[in-house]
Amino acid sequence: MMAEYLTALAAVLAAPFLGGILMGLDRVVSARLQSRQGPPLVQPFYDILKLFAKRRMAANTFQMISVSVYLASMVLSLALLVMGQDLLVLLFILALGNIMLILGGFSVKSPYSQLGSQREVIVLLAYEPLLVCMVVGTYILTGSFSAASVFGLERPLALSMPAFVITQTLVMAMKLHKSPFDVSASHHAHQELVRGIYTEFSGPQMAVIELAHLYELVLLLGFIVLFWHTNLVVGIVLALACHAAVIVLDNVSARMTTRWMFGFTWSVGLALAAANLAALYATGPLPR
Amino acid sequence: MGLIDIARSKSPWILHFDAGACNGCDIEILACLTPVYDVERFGIINIGNPKHADVLLVTGTVNKRSARVLRNLYDQMPDPKAVVAIGACALSGGVFHECYNVLGGVDSVLPVDVYVPGCAPKPEAIIEGVVMALGKMQEREHARKRGAA
Ligand code: SF4
Repeated sequence: MMAEYLTALAAVLAAPFLGGILMGLDRVVSARLQSRQGPPLVQPFYDILKLFAKRRMAANTFQMISVSVYLASMVLSLALLVMGQDLLVLLFILALGNIMLILGGFSVKSPYSQLGSQREVIVLLAYEPLLVCMVVGTYILTGSFSAASVFGLERPLALSMPAFVITQTLVMAMKLHKSPFDVSASHHAHQELVRGIYTEFSGPQMAVIELAHLYELVLLLGFIVLFWHTNLVVGIVLALACHAAVIVLDNVSARMTTRWMFGFTWSVGLALAAANLAALYATGPLPR
Repeated sequence: MGLIDIARSKSPWILHFDAGACNGCDIEILACLTPVYDVERFGIINIGNPKHADVLLVTGTVNKRSARVLRNLYDQMPDPKAVVAIGACALSGGVFHECYNVLGGVDSVLPVDVYVPGCAPKPEAIIEGVVMALGKMQEREHARKRGAA
């Protein structure tokens, strides 16, 4: 048990650094795809430090509470995944954090913030079923909702649940606010109704959000590593490949509407998930 | 230089406001973002949201309408912040300074840190202006710290 706590602690401490480098890589790759040189690799760290050092200018006290809970939920979700805890609980905690951020956006009367938050609710509605279906898939395979039971499998999950690698990549694009799903706010400084849900968060609050994004990125990649837990190197390569796919998708596609995004994920995304779930149901649990 | 100072000088987020320019200066600012100049090399981002911005770039003359908006944008930016006036119009009113509705340059409304002359200034000059503004912002911040200590 002690060892589990220590690995979780190590993951929580290392995640921002790993996430920051990956974010920096994302920005460099995006810039190169647009034939620009791009910022230094450590740019996300500069941004976060600078934001922390800005003077506080809050519209209300709830904003800081909401972003803190958002960050805490990301950190806790990552720890739960590393410790092999219940995946359903993890999803609930993840959703709780996102909902707190949305409430923070709603807590300010600015129309930009309001509209951004409304759209974020739709984004949440679009990807949440895909996440739940993935957890249901692992349940059919292992008979348990815990991540530890997935660790116990002899065969990588990706071989039994290939469609979910695709849906997880879509979820990653949506959660990271990448095109074509960047309807509520953009990952980059592109302007979508000013800054969408982030419009009213400034200085340290924005820094907390950015820090939470680093955890979120590592968590999302962690989900994909889970698909090839038998060989961590393959798992990490798979996760990085999915991340690269998201970056390329971001650069080659334009922003679509919320309605399109909702329709797409609930038709194509859920169809993929349902087909894979049906196949899993037919073949039954895996040997452990 | 502390870590925070380095971070500040490496990550200036910009808000660009056109107070009444002919669009010449605005095009030059946008040219800074293109692959030729690529200001993101220096961590500069055109953020478009006053609450996230560090440096306010103002182009064009300030008139009776835009003065209120300009003031409002400036007030929404959290400290430390800097203001850069870009182009002859933003410096003094330029060719429009005798117009019935023109108040003058940006400094008739806001404290300006750096004046970038030209009609329109080259992108290189604009980038240099932002860098100089960052220096002034840091100095002000240090002076404030010393005053508080
Ligand atoms: S300085 Fe020249 S280019 Fe710039 S806004 Fe004025 S007239 Fe236009």
